[in-house]
Amino acid sequence: MKEIVVISGKGGTGKTSITASLAVLGGRDVVVADCDVDAADMHILLQPEIAKSEDFFSGELAVIDQDICTQCGKCFDVCRFDAIDVNDGIHIVNELSCEGCGYCARVCPVDAITNIPLNVGKWHISNTRLNQPFVHAKLGIGADNSGKLVAHVKNIAKEIAEEYERPYVLVDGSPGVGCPVVSSLSGAHFVVLVTEPTVSGLHDLKRVYELVNKFHIKAGCIINKSDLNLEKTNEIIEFLKQENIIHLANLPYNESFTKAMTDCKTIVEVDDNIIKETLEDIWKEIKQIIK
Amino acid sequence: MKIAIASGKGGTGKTTLSTNLASFLAETHKVVLTDLDVEEPNSGLFLKSELVYSEDKFKMIPEWNKTDCTLCGNCQDVCNYHAVIKIVDMIMVFPELCHSCFACSELCPTNSLPMIENKMGELKHFKTDSFDFVESRLTIGEEQAVPLIKQTLKFIDSKFNDDFIKIYDAPPGTSCPVIEATKDADFVILITEPTPFGLNDVILAIETMQELKKDFGVVINRYGLGNADIEKYCKENNIPVLAKIPNKRKIAELYSKGELLWDKIPEVKTELEKIVLFLKSNSLLK
Repeated sequence: MKEIVVISGKGGTGKTSITASLAVLGGRDVVVADCDVDAADMHILLQPEIAKSEDFFSGELAVIDQDICTQCGKCFDVCRFDAIDVNDGIHIVNELSCEGCGYCARVCPVDAITNIPLNVGKWHISNTRLNQPFVHAKLGIGADNSGKLVAHVKNIAKEIAEEYERPYVLVDGSPGVGCPVVSSLSGAHFVVLVTEPTVSGLHDLKRVYELVNKFHIKAGCIINKSDLNLEKTNEIIEFLKQENIIHLANLPYNESFTKAMTDCKTIVEVDDNIIKETLEDIWKEIKQIIK
Repeated sequence: MKIAIASGKGGTGKTTLSTNLASFLAETHKVVLTDLDVEEPNSGLFLKSELVYSEDKFKMIPEWNKTDCTLCGNCQDVCNYHAVIKIVDMIMVFPELCHSCFACSELCPTNSLPMIENKMGELKHFKTDSFDFVESRLTIGEEQAVPLIKQTLKFIDSKFNDDFIKIYDAPPGTSCPVIEATKDADFVILITEPTPFGLNDVILAIETMQELKKDFGVVINRYGLGNADIEKYCKENNIPVLAKIPNKRKIAELYSKGELLWDKIPEVKTELEKIVLFLKSNSLLK
């Protein structure tokens, strides 16, 4: 079983639209995982039917029992996250600021503070409208630990792939370079970088590739909206050569991506267009590379 | 006055709006723009500016000093992040997992884990022709954006008084970095695009702002693309739509080159004027 992760650094480059297209092309061969748990969108295109949902607990939250608390203020003194609010002398935990380190509970002289496991979201196993297993999640508002939820979603997808002998796990990764992306990348066999020929597209591609490089994962790049700025496209191609990144394809600036999306479809299902052919070639090439 | 510009989905135009609004407002007000998208800071790519100050930013992590250590293992027991572990006769620290809570260090009976500085990123202060610009950038491999965002906001508050309009370019999403970047703001502008992804993600962002009890409004970017569901949603939920930036290939091309829009595309200027008018009529701006 091989794991293919699609990331972009910058948002809005077409990462999810392209991943969903590859999922459609992969058909019964793939288990799909949406690891952009912060703002998950793949379900809009794959319209899954949820078969199983579970809460995800990660980290802890401090809770002060006011019946026991003597308002001594020790918790306030040790908290590095400004998570203890004092209102009229009453000490209360600020739930959004608490990082669950547990220090306050350890120093409380009357044991008034307990740490409760934190429900940070929900994860689901579903069937896409194309009858593929699909693992996805929804992080709770303001929740920490999205990296752990990402790792969990990926692990479940891998288990399913192994049990049902599907050759590929296809992962829609998260934007940025922080903990959710690190979790998305760990264990991947191939990374697809989706970028666009803009100053920010190239800038973010370079940063996220620095991270990919740390993991020593083979990478390929799709330049989306490539005709928007040919000079920048050439600059990106130069960068790919320099770094030995496979240049998978250029896709033209095309509003049919959005038109397909408003019909809740992927672009490869719309009509016989050049983008469809290019994406088919990309999928074939990726399979060849990781064989 | 602090205005944060956020969005659920990435790539909807946060940086475009932040840089253009900052530059436009700087015609009449004192402005400082701060890029808080520390994982992928982009604002600076669109501004011609001169560096005036830079500093490394550190987070505090424990460092094992074995001299007096009795290997009691208390540090491992008190660390909720598994960032400190005891292996045979060694204490190992994993800096990227450490949240700098100080528990292991301060609760160590022999003071064998003093806290030391560990570089997590860089802060830079620039000046453009008309306004100040501050950017922080997370070192690749560092996993936590929140501590750097926190320190950047402290820098802004110490350097710029209330005469300044402070504009924050926030990170995408709805998780902890976004909360940190918006929680001090007086008003939040959520920017989205009229597509199903845009709608799905702006609803998440709206729910986040409601949870934080923030005043907010929506700007629709690439207006004319996709469908009218977002406008309908905002109307039904009494959410003010502050501006609609048109969908134009010319805008995408200017953006791709790293250029500002409002001085070149009259429709963009008109929409910025609408935002300013809204802020003024709600006493958020003088």
